[in-house]
Parts: sequence; structure tokens; C-alpha cells
Amino acid sequence: MSAPTALHELTAAQLSDLLARKEVSAREVLAAVYARIDEVEQALHCYVLLTREVAEKQAAEVDELRARGEKLPALAGVPIALKDIYCTKGIVTTCCSHILEGFVPPYDAHVVERCRANRLVFLGKTNMDEFAMGSSTENSCRGPSRNPWDLERVPGGSSGGSAAAVAASEAILAMGTDTGGSIRQPASLCGVVGLKPTYGRVSRYGVIAYASSLDQVGPIVKDVRDCALMLSVLAGHDPRDSTCLDAPVPDYTKSLLPEVKGLRVGLVKEFMEYRGVGVEAEVGAAVRAAVARFEELGASCHEVSLPHLNYSIPVYYIIAPAEASSNLARYDGVQYGYRARAAGGQGIIEMYRNTRNEGFGAEVKRRIMLGTYTLSAGYYDAYYLKAAQVRTLIRRDFDRAFETCDVLVGPVSPTVAFRLGEKTDDPVQMYLSDVCTIPVNLGGLPGMSIPCGFSSHGLPIGLQLVGRPLSEETLIRAGYAFEQSTDFHRRRATPVQQVDGRRGAVVWKG
Amino acid sequence: MRLTPEQVEHVALLGRIKLTEEERELFTTQLNSILGHFEQLQQLDTTGVPPMSHAVPVSDVFREDERAPSLSPEEALQNAPEQARNCFQVPRVIE
Repeated sequence: MSAPTALHELTAAQLSDLLARKEVSAREVLAAVYARIDEVEQALHCYVLLTREVAEKQAAEVDELRARGEKLPALAGVPIALKDIYCTKGIVTTCCSHILEGFVPPYDAHVVERCRANRLVFLGKTNMDEFAMGSSTENSCRGPSRNPWDLERVPGGSSGGSAAAVAASEAILAMGTDTGGSIRQPASLCGVVGLKPTYGRVSRYGVIAYASSLDQVGPIVKDVRDCALMLSVLAGHDPRDSTCLDAPVPDYTKSLLPEVKGLRVGLVKEFMEYRGVGVEAEVGAAVRAAVARFEELGASCHEVSLPHLNYSIPVYYIIAPAEASSNLARYDGVQYGYRARAAGGQGIIEMYRNTRNEGFGAEVKRRIMLGTYTLSAGYYDAYYLKAAQVRTLIRRDFDRAFETCDVLVGPVSPTVAFRLGEKTDDPVQMYLSDVCTIPVNLGGLPGMSIPCGFSSHGLPIGLQLVGRPLSEETLIRAGYAFEQSTDFHRRRATPVQQVDGRRGAVVWKG
Repeated sequence: MRLTPEQVEHVALLGRIKLTEEERELFTTQLNSILGHFEQLQQLDTTGVPPMSHAVPVSDVFREDERAPSLSPEEALQNAPEQARNCFQVPRVIE
């Protein structure tokens, strides 16, 4: 395939250069991305809201400031898509749940403020699993998104709309959140780059909470350079989130060096094989080839075992729903969002129950039920306390591995993108698709997904890089070195050809 | 430990959720399947292992007690499903 030329196919770094040199205007870039959205959005359903008026105003402001010769931030004028989980002042935010229907936040999330301060242009809000509970976007109250590489398959989740939008060039940059893999897994399934930073690296203020000890905010982008640029925008202390770390923020673009000589890379046995069941053959082969590539580049690689990772699924599905059952208690039909219509003389408890029954989807109810049960009197020790203890053992396994490794690697997802409807009837099967990403949230560690191959059917495969707390620079350096030696990240999905193929026409519009 | 439909109904009440008969049956089956998966944890001896409730060992984060702007009543009420006299309105609580 030839090198990308259309504006919407460029990376944020490329656009940043063109904008700074005044070769294009922010309005032209925006028009190109919206033209792309007009072309493919109907087939992909990445967005639940487009904010054209806001975007046009923001782009015009950037052009005006630049014309006046003002010094602008690096990403000024670059269009970004925001997951529908971020509070955006004056812009409807629903977490893709009926229960937040029509909710207009009176304030911005911290990261939205950061985006505004850096003069990014807001394209719209992207589709997601309701309250970020899911791995496919099939739990969205607005219906699923499609994978741009194969319209019959899921884009992953929960940040599936963001990942599909970037993969299909419906956005230059996107924001996701990751509680058990919700940035990395869709990035992997859509063939783009996703980063879940260290817990506390980025403020969660204004991000609708799912499981507060696991949730973290991060970018979904086209390559590692854009990832470094975005992390530099997002990272830093915010007193409004008491878990946000007061640690210095380096210039992450300084880590964009294709240099991994002497880097100690550990291939995690339990990422390749959970309880004796191996990942898909093509996924395993692509990951092993990536490890071989790191060796060629001068890294030293060996296999490591973190035995307690074999318990991460039950630990996660106790802790996350327990926290969710508490966090989601606020949706009661009183202060905002949906309220069930009053049946004659219903009391307040009935109003709560009817509101929540009508407002929440099945998976959200399932997790509220699960969390309510495991936290209830008589079961707390057997479930929640036990899980919290095993979480300690998982973190200790990571700490031990990092005594001999600088980076841990493995697959992001045990399979390539699965078909729509394939796992919706069996929650446990769906939960198992997060087996490689969940341990990283439990440990509070940074994790990155980068493209490392394609299956024989042309579906993307992702490599996961995991580092010590606050070692995002190491992940960026390792990811960049790998990316520079491969061209997986340069391939672009072709949803237009697929749509036309369905219509029986063979036309190339790419 | 196996959940009965009656226990599922009780948990639904605690979680302020109302289930249809069909949902109660489905959730009983599904929750039991998920709880069955949790039994793996009982294989591990965790005697003396401290629980980890958070990835970052921070506690008691303080800030100065200073006055700062907050939402106006109009902003706070702008999303209220029902309101009256500058308050959130709910069904009668006290008989």
C-alpha cells in the first residue's frame, strides 16, 4: 500500500508540523476528518455524538491565534475524539447508558481541561460499553461499533469507539479509559497504539467512575510518537484527585529513541498461557516474533513466570464489581439523568428500583448484583478480602519480575477481534478476553499496546509492554524502537472498500 | 456456596434493582457460574498476606481549607429530573 497522503490519514505529529509551518489550517484538517467521518461513520458507528459546532469554533480560534503569530502548544488544532465517559462542560455525556440520558455536565474533567488548554479540537464523544463494563462495545445502550478491519467483528472494548475511530482515520487522536484493559484491548484489536499509564499518573477528576482503584485514563493513537505527545499533555498532579501522584512529568518525546541495547525484556509465561490454555496460535507466533525482533535490536530477552497471574480473572471480577456497586449507587433518579415515571403513589425505594431497572443494561446490573453480594455480610471475607490478598500476591510477582526485567511483554488479547454476538451469551467467556490486561490494572502498572502483526485473515495483533510504576519513558522507548523496525503501524484499515464490496461494487476510494 | 433465586432477589433489593422473573432466573444461573469461577482463589493460602485495596499507598491527602467557587444552585439543579423550590424533588419519604 502506498504511503498515506490524505490529511485524515496523517498522525498528530505530522499534522502538528504542517500546522506550525502554516501549510494547512486547523479548519482544513477538521474538514478533512469530518469528510472521512461522513464517508465511513455509518458503517462503523464510532461516535455517539458529533460536536461540529464546538470543533469549528475551536479550529477557527487556533487559526486566528496562529495568524496573529502567537506561540501555540504542539498539538494545537489537532482533532481529538473523547470517550463518552469524560465530563465535558456543556456537552452531553452519557457513558452510553440510558440512566444518564441527556446529562449535561456542569464542569470539565481534568483531562478535558488539559485538552482545551492545549487547543485540541473536539470531534465528538465515542461509543463504549455502558459504564466501561465490557470488552466489545456490545454493552453500549447505543448499539455496537464495528471493527474497521472487518465490519463483522467487534472493535474491542470498552473504549471500542475511540480505537475504531483512530484506526479508520475518523479521528487523529482519541482518549480512552482502562479499568481491566479497555484502552489496550481495543487498540490491539483495531491495530493502533494505546497506553494505560501508571495508576495516579493522570487525574481521574471528572471521569465517570467504574472501579476507582483500577480506573486510569490514557490515549489511543496511531503511533508511539503521538502517544508520547499526548501523555505529555495529560500527565501531572491534580489536587482534585487524591490518588493523583505528585511526581515530576518528563518530556516524553525525549524518549523517542530507537535504542534498546541492553534492555532486559521478559516474556510473561502466564500471558501466553492462562491455566494451561494457550493464546491463539497466530497471536502467540506474532508475539514471539516481536521478542525475536527485540533481541535483534540488542535487547536481552528471557521468559519469566508470574504464577499468581493465573488468579487475576477471579480477583478482578470480585474487586471491580465491588467497587462498581458502590460507585453506581449514585444513579438513583434524584440529581441527574433518567428517572422512572412515577407509578401512582410509589415510594422512594420503588422509584430507585424502577429507575435503576429501566436505566441500567444487563451487564451493569449483573456487576452491581455481583458486587453487592460479595460485599454483603457473611461473604466479605471469603470474596473481597481474599481477592485483595491475592492482589498483593500478583503485585509481588510483578515486583519480583522487575528485579530481572525492565519491560515485560506478551499479547494484549488472547485472540484477534471476535465476531459480533460471539460472546454475548456467556459472561465468563467475555471476561476471559481480558486475561492479559487485567493483571496490569491490579498492579497499578503502566501498559502499552502496539501493533505487532496481522493474522492470516488480515486482523491486527497487539503486543503488550508492561513497566514498573512511572516507567512510561521506558515503554515509549521500547515501543518506539520496535515500531521503527516494523511497518505494522503504517497499515490502514479499509472500511470503505468493505462497504463497497458489500454493495457489490469494486471501487477504490481510499 | 450456591445462590438461590430468593437470595438473588434479596441482593437485588440491597442493590436497589428490580428484576423481572426472567432476569431473576438468568442471573441466578449466571451469578452461580461466575461465583463458581471464584472458587479457584480458595486454593491459595493467603494467611498473613496483607490485603491490597489500592495500587498507590497514599492516605490522608490534605489540602488547605480555603474558600473556592462551587456550583450555583441553578447549575446544580440543571440536570434534575424533578425540582421544586430550588431543591431536588423526590417521592414522599415520610408518611
